[in-house]
Amino acid sequence: MAKVIEGLFYSESHEYVKVEGDFAYVGITDYAQHALGNVVYVDMPEVDDEVEADEDFGAVESVKAASDLISPVSGTVVEVNEALEDKPELLNEDAFENWIMKVQLSDKSELDALMDATAYEELCNKE
Amino acid sequence: MEKKTCLYDKHVALGALMQPFGGFIMPIQYSNITDEHNTVRQHCGVFDVSHMGEVTVKGPDAERYVSHIFTNDVRGAEPGKIFYGMMCYENGGTVDDLLVYKMAENDFFLVINAANIDKDVEWMKSHLEGFDVEFENRSEYYGQLAVQGPEAEQVVEEVLGLECKDLVFYTTKTIDVAGETVIISRTGYTGEDGFEIYASHAFINEQWDKLMASGRCKPCGLGCRDTLRFEVGLPLYGDELSSEISPVMAGLSMFCKLDKPEFIGKEALAAQKAEGVKQKVVGIELSDRAIPRHGYKVLHEGEEIGEVTTGYHTISSDKSVCMALIDARFAKLGTELEIQIRKKTFPGVVVKKKFYDKHYKK
Repeated sequence: MAKVIEGLFYSESHEYVKVEGDFAYVGITDYAQHALGNVVYVDMPEVDDEVEADEDFGAVESVKAASDLISPVSGTVVEVNEALEDKPELLNEDAFENWIMKVQLSDKSELDALMDATAYEELCNKE
Repeated sequence: MEKKTCLYDKHVALGALMQPFGGFIMPIQYSNITDEHNTVRQHCGVFDVSHMGEVTVKGPDAERYVSHIFTNDVRGAEPGKIFYGMMCYENGGTVDDLLVYKMAENDFFLVINAANIDKDVEWMKSHLEGFDVEFENRSEYYGQLAVQGPEAEQVVEEVLGLECKDLVFYTTKTIDVAGETVIISRTGYTGEDGFEIYASHAFINEQWDKLMASGRCKPCGLGCRDTLRFEVGLPLYGDELSSEISPVMAGLSMFCKLDKPEFIGKEALAAQKAEGVKQKVVGIELSDRAIPRHGYKVLHEGEEIGEVTTGYHTISSDKSVCMALIDARFAKLGTELEIQIRKKTFPGVVVKKKFYDKHYKK
């Protein structure tokens, strides 16, 4: 059973958002890393990149395929998780601990469109 | 609607990830691709490759017919010998790549790609005129297992009880087991030593069960079959060969015997060889970990010069590499070029299209 954490926001494309003040950590969910299998590469944005809600901001690659990362929020990238450059498998070890980018949110109301843990768990059970 | 192989229920019971491939619903992976890949490189893996097509050609003109449609030279070969080669169109484009087994004089067994069975059979039938042969599509009858890896010989001998030590690389024989004639060959598509077994669905099911129960090999899916064949530079029809990509363009001239008196496509291939080709399949190594995938653009100083045919971050050598069909002017080893991966371009260099050494037992 894939892990879901209370207090985070979730997108339908299986990214999570962990909000801290005006900032948010964005990554892929435990369900997503399970579905992907062994992650061998993470294509990350760069610091100062502008990301937009529902637009791709990179990709996660397993041996077999590349999956786009879709940003659940808009804002400016202030930090990326550089540990993933050399150790992409960290996403398989703990997807929630190993966020992909930290964003300065430009529109916090976008969070209202995302799911809470309960709704997301239901989505995972359906898929 | 995809077809199922005779082992479909067993794959599902093992929890395999099932996906369409070549008109069949096939196991892509059971555990994970990396683990299955390493199992084949280091121990023994077993693949259900029952989706492959089989055709028999027998009769007084069988050798002459096979020689006519096939680029390699089977004439006068010893029974038991196997040849890799292609069937080509008159213009040199590839109909399919295949294995031709010489079972006996004027008795051939042809193994073709699953996705091409209908097309190949139609093509072969359309060239039967003037040849006294019996042609039969046996794809529905045969199931096929590939037992691959350095421990394959012991597994086939000890677990399946099929004597195979005596087979040298690229040879075949038949074994009669319980009233059935089974075909076994020392062949594969992984770059490792291994065997392929062709038999009835019932026999294939029995052998699969014995292999699974033995604990001496792991079930492996088409996911790692692709990473394994790619690493040792073996082409896949649809990627490195197609109706648009001739064997000469793909760097497979050694399997096209232009000194044969005739075969379909000979003139076109000879001209390509003599005049040079406009596009070639090359290997490219990236300095970054980003992964070039099928269809991604290859650039030279910003200008598009081709596209990726297959690419991976290789499992055995930990490098991001690909095969790509590019403008032949840039095909020289060491040429620097770029690959467009999503929004960024990554520098790469032309290398030999072999990223890991084969370990065949010759």
